[in-house]
Amino acid sequence: MDSLEAQSAGLAAAEVSSVELVDAALARIEAADATLNAVVGVRGDAARAEAAAADARRSAGDRRSPLDGVPLLLKDNMVQQGEPTTCSSRILEGFVSPYDSTVVTRLREAGAIVLGRSNMDEFAMGSSTEHSVHGPAHNPWDTGRSCGGSSGGSAAAVSSGMLPFALGSDTGGSIRQPASFCGVTGLKPTYGRVSRFGLVAFASSLDQIGPIARTARECAWILDAIAGHDAKDSTSIPEPAPRVSDALDGDVSGLTIGMPREYFEEDGADPEVVSCVRAAISELERGGAKLIEVDLPHTPFVVSTYYLVATAEASSNLARYDGARYGRRAEGVSDVDEMYRRSRSEGFGDEVKRRILLGTYVLSAGYFDAYYRKAQQVRTLVRADFERAFAQCDVIAGPTYPEVAFELGSKQDDPINMYLSDVYTVSANLAGLPAISIPCGLVRDLPVGLQLQGRAMDEATLLRVADGFQGRTDHHDQRPPGHLGQAAR
Amino acid sequence: MSVDPMERYEAVIGLEVHTHLKTRSKLFSPAPVRYGDEPNHNVHPIDLGMPGVLPVLNEKVVGLAIRLGLATHSRVNQRSVFSRKNYFYPDLPKGYQISQYDEPIVSKGWIEIEVPTDSGQPAAGEKKRGETPKERRRIGITRAHLEEDAGKSIHDAAVAGADDTHIDLNRAGVPLLEIVSEPEMRSPEEASAYLRALRSILRYIDVSDADMEKGQFRCDANISLRRRGESRLGTRTEIKNLNSFASVEGAIKAEIVRQAEILDDGGEILQATMAYDPQRGRTRILRLKENADDYRYFDDPDLIPLIIQDEEIEAVRADMPELPDEKRVRFQDEYGLSAYDVGVLISSRPLAEFFEQTATACGSAKSAVNWITRDLMKELNERGVDVGELAITPEMLGALIRLVDEGRLTARSARDLFPELAEQGGDPEAIMRVRGLEAVSDPGVIDGSVEEVVGANAKAVESVRAGDDKALNFLMGQVMKATQGKADPTDVRRRLVERIRG
Amino acid sequence: MQRITRQDVERTADLARLSLTEAEIVALTRDLDRILEHADQLKDLDTESTVPTAHAIVLPTPQRADEPVPGMDVESALANAPLREGSAFVVPKVIEGEES
Repeated sequence: MDSLEAQSAGLAAAEVSSVELVDAALARIEAADATLNAVVGVRGDAARAEAAAADARRSAGDRRSPLDGVPLLLKDNMVQQGEPTTCSSRILEGFVSPYDSTVVTRLREAGAIVLGRSNMDEFAMGSSTEHSVHGPAHNPWDTGRSCGGSSGGSAAAVSSGMLPFALGSDTGGSIRQPASFCGVTGLKPTYGRVSRFGLVAFASSLDQIGPIARTARECAWILDAIAGHDAKDSTSIPEPAPRVSDALDGDVSGLTIGMPREYFEEDGADPEVVSCVRAAISELERGGAKLIEVDLPHTPFVVSTYYLVATAEASSNLARYDGARYGRRAEGVSDVDEMYRRSRSEGFGDEVKRRILLGTYVLSAGYFDAYYRKAQQVRTLVRADFERAFAQCDVIAGPTYPEVAFELGSKQDDPINMYLSDVYTVSANLAGLPAISIPCGLVRDLPVGLQLQGRAMDEATLLRVADGFQGRTDHHDQRPPGHLGQAAR
Repeated sequence: MSVDPMERYEAVIGLEVHTHLKTRSKLFSPAPVRYGDEPNHNVHPIDLGMPGVLPVLNEKVVGLAIRLGLATHSRVNQRSVFSRKNYFYPDLPKGYQISQYDEPIVSKGWIEIEVPTDSGQPAAGEKKRGETPKERRRIGITRAHLEEDAGKSIHDAAVAGADDTHIDLNRAGVPLLEIVSEPEMRSPEEASAYLRALRSILRYIDVSDADMEKGQFRCDANISLRRRGESRLGTRTEIKNLNSFASVEGAIKAEIVRQAEILDDGGEILQATMAYDPQRGRTRILRLKENADDYRYFDDPDLIPLIIQDEEIEAVRADMPELPDEKRVRFQDEYGLSAYDVGVLISSRPLAEFFEQTATACGSAKSAVNWITRDLMKELNERGVDVGELAITPEMLGALIRLVDEGRLTARSARDLFPELAEQGGDPEAIMRVRGLEAVSDPGVIDGSVEEVVGANAKAVESVRAGDDKALNFLMGQVMKATQGKADPTDVRRRLVERIRG
Repeated sequence: MQRITRQDVERTADLARLSLTEAEIVALTRDLDRILEHADQLKDLDTESTVPTAHAIVLPTPQRADEPVPGMDVESALANAPLREGSAFVVPKVIEGEES
């Protein structure tokens, strides 16, 4: 009983209590996390008390949502009042949030129980969950490999059955890529669909919160709980989010699936991964969908564009970590400038420093037009690519990542190569589109992700296709081998 | 060098004014705007730059900025953009200030100032104060943009100790308009006149209280000198944080002297940020702008560009209060007042409104202006308060004036009564009755007193007959004393003269 | 051609208030140069008449009513302060000339 669907049904039928689910989750974390390092903090007593309250409420007939009474993990970059948030950074050592993020408020309204916080790359910068003050997280399918990132802890926790679902954040693929590596389903909603209030910003125009669970249907339930306009976020879509879970009818017939030429000609991609994804898309065709080729001609430029935009915004977003009002201040500083320099140099890790420097540089006098403004202009071209493609098709399909989970440490010395692998995921962030990664098979015993990208605001069609695929296949039911998978059963 | 540097050089002065907008909550956070509280009592996580917070624009500021735009004959831009100005300072919680950069909300306007004719030119001989001929001049407004204020750093060793700085973020996020002038002022006096005119407009249109003591109206001045006849601009310096009219004038004067001395010695002006020390009356270099500030402005991704529809501008226009210049013209035309009187009356909107309401209440603009420019202004100046802070209302003053104009109260009694009325308010007629101040107008009573005084002062009467007006004044004083000052002095004088000189 | 020099890295680190070790400067100069070399491919694209995208969505400007809510509880506001005195945050002294 490790899936959200199973736990939700069990609670509805009173076969299990929320307190039991919380205790079971704590036990599984205890058993598996010494190996995986996916969880960086649990709130056992508070969660148990909330679970008991949820049990009492539901037995009185007040069931708020399919998530009511179900425990989850938050990525450690979403704040909860009275709880620490570290963003896996030394600079936020000791920080306890004085306020709730909007997603925490909405989850509470839905009755879900925040059990703890998941490991991540520092300030969500990375694709491996190796850049963490808490140490690297491991992939349940092969603990010598990365669980992806930056929402790696969330994906590994769901994959190993610690918790039925978790929230992640996705700035350039940080939900989808770890979902792909860990064999679970991860959804990045349309930009503005889920409030960013209380999400520690990496790159504000790209960041979006989304769910990681086993299935698209579960992701739809979670999205229904957390989506919708929030007056505290000026970039929130100012209309009620439609209930996407109502759109899932298992039927993909009549839909047109676009396959971008550029995604299947990528030189650096693992051929086995590409053929695994092709096979998955054929399954959609067997389900009645129509496949066509589409063009996304600016694909070769998206990674550069993304890194210029994201790091520029990040350099500004991370200026507030200065040791003055919260977080870690370097010891023995005698003037304020020294406080800034030493607190920041000691508090940020290498990858964060690299990105702050790049972002500062591209915004600085003399380089702004050549790099930052240029990237914003190319961003316009990337958006236009998708508009043209979506005039021909309903959903765009391709690989989530060019390879399966890589070995821990294997990319540490080659950041640029690591960036280039984000080629399939960053476009959805640049264009603000919804995108999902769903398990579509194994290559060399490791999960492969099929990525579907949809029209802005149209999570419904995206999830309908993903759900249709999962109705015809059982890749999402596969579990990691050995005790990590066993523990999950 | 003792000779006035303004004889050799022309000063080119531009001002940047930061004025707090009159809102109840902050620009991007719902925390209250309050002054004088203990540190960090009016903050929201947004003002602390907490991780994860996001800004949401206060709608009130948009209307206020449009007002300022209309009042300064400026263009209100249909699209304006919030940008981040990135720099580190401990009272800047996010490490950037949300401001407007290349697309401000207001641009290209002007205001009028009143300056002595030929101001900015070398003085041609001494002129007596008060006789300087004045002219009205336009000063261009380059732009006005919205931005958030920073908090306060308290460096004072008495508070923070020698090794520390205290940070108070109550002010962080308070909405500001930065109003940038064209470099069109030529003297410290013009700069001061511009600031006064601008502050008056801001108060008239209720955009800002612009209280300098509360830091609601602050000014940076840009100054360069060039030899007279030269058209090329010199290198300019910027004096920061001038918080009173006196310091603006003093700082500009001091900076002109400093720059002139350097130029006289064949030196070069360095582009620098200056501070003004009012005690010593000198400016000093705070830092050089050699390595130009690199603020890395870019559009704030957390805020959508501000789009203002024409209807919104028209709605604000329809709701605009009358501006000082419009009032000036109307007061002269409608009430036939002198330029001096109008100048006093329109110096603040509450005072101008007080005047108009008083004139209506008493039916005489002439009487109202006399009482206001003389007695009311005296009270305001002595107490150092604004008209709204006194208990007296236009209705009360109007009633008082009517009593005098109807001859029921002597001007003298009215004037004696005025301070009390100003402070405590009340019905002038009732007070007059309670105090028994009602003017004595019964001829029998006055003539009786006249008879008495004439009978008791034979010598003085003699002198009056001989044409001695001093003696007449003495007798008048006796009659006024006998009637407890409640008789009309003109009437008393007439009756005395009739009685003595027949 | 080297796109970024060690001086550029040092100047940029100064703007970002980061102190770098010698090894970091060398490594970052190399990394940033490679990243910018790759980014130079964008110069091949004609964007002469392309409007930049700063936001992923187009919306009317969100605004909130001018309704104040009481400030945070002061203890909560200062709970994370590395150093405080009374209700003020305390930082080491500001050396003159840094003021902006």
